[in-house]
Order: sequence, then C-alpha cells, then structure tokens
Amino acid sequence: MKFRHLTDDPIDMGRLLDETRRDSDGALALFAGAVRNHHEGRSVESIFYEAYREMAEKELARIVEELKSEHSEVSLTVIHRLGLLRVGEISIAIVATSSHRAEAFEVCREAIERIKRSVPIWKKERSPDGETWVGWQGENRS
Amino acid sequence: MQIRLLCFAVLEEIAGTREQRLEVATGTTPQDLWAMMRGKHPRLSSYVTPPLVAVNQEYAPPTTRLEDGDEVAFIPPVSGG
Repeated sequence: MKFRHLTDDPIDMGRLLDETRRDSDGALALFAGAVRNHHEGRSVESIFYEAYREMAEKELARIVEELKSEHSEVSLTVIHRLGLLRVGEISIAIVATSSHRAEAFEVCREAIERIKRSVPIWKKERSPDGETWVGWQGENRS
Repeated sequence: MQIRLLCFAVLEEIAGTREQRLEVATGTTPQDLWAMMRGKHPRLSSYVTPPLVAVNQEYAPPTTRLEDGDEVAFIPPVSGG
C-alpha cells in the first residue's frame, strides 16, 4: 500500500505548500500541529504517534476527497507524521488553497476537526513521570 | 472460519499483542470477540460495550456478522493531530 497521507519523516511545510497551490489561488491557508511541552498540567518531553496505518491512510484520503467534493474550488493536502516526535516538531500539516480566503480557512479548519474525530491514530506522551496513552487508558471510561 | 483481530494503542498493551489469528464459529460478531477479550483481560472486565470497531478497515457496528478472512480491529478513542 502506498501511503500518501502518512509519513515517518519530518514534514516540510514549504514543499507541501508548493505541491498544493495553483496559480489561480490567492489564499493559502496552512495549519500545523506541533508537539507542545505540556498537557493537562504535566510536562511533556515527546509524543509517540501510532496508527492503524492502512485504515488511517484510507480515512485521511476519504476526508480529503469529501472536503474537495464539498468545496470544488479548493486544493487540499494533508499529511500526518508517525513515530517519536520531540517538543516543537510538527505532527500534522494541512494546506488548503483557494482563490479567496474564506474557503481556504474553512477547509483547513474543517480538515483538522474531521481528522481528530475519526482517523485511527493515537498518541502516547512521554513525561518525566513516565508514559501515558492520551485519552482512554483502559481503566476509566472518560 | 478464520479471522484476524487487531488491537491498537492501549488495547495492544492490554492484549499483549497487536495481531491475533483466531478460529471462530460462523456468525461470530465483533461484540463476541470483545466478550472474549474481556474474559481474558481483567483490566477490560468492566467494559461491556466494545470500543469503536472496524471490519476490513472501515468502521462497522459491533453486531456485524463476520465472514471468513475478515480483518477486525478494536479502536480505542483516537487522538491524532
């Protein structure tokens, strides 16, 4: 299986932008998610991103296609990085470009919201106190 | 019939393995597989309802009737981004 939306390598925002934009686009909206150094009061050193790769790739492709069909003017690229990322590194990048800014912003925002809802990717935080899966840890229903 | 059961993230840790090949009776559902998981792993005993389920890499109801060769996945709450 060829992975277009998942990578194990650092994300190059500039290259992504060049691959997405067209000469007809006057608005270029970029969103990047990065590893921050804190979560719910704990300090965070790194995050390990794991995925059900085959399904995550399909879900990401489905979301991209869905948004493109809802907004036919927009060019959209989405890439999620997996593996161990340190504080400050980019985990997800979304580039939405269009003639005008309203659609570019909207699609960029909507893409990250849909991705966070349904794509089977999980993160495990590493802090000085140890490692924790974010969300459900199997003990308490949250 | 034979199916593949995949568990990810915290569920992989609890199960001790990501992938299992299981011989199951015709008509088995993901819900039945979850009951089996709960029986085996005390950490899951209070979770009557399975987490999200995917069959052949698409979200599916836990009551889906499985077919020979299906790939079933238990998907804990996702946290990508």
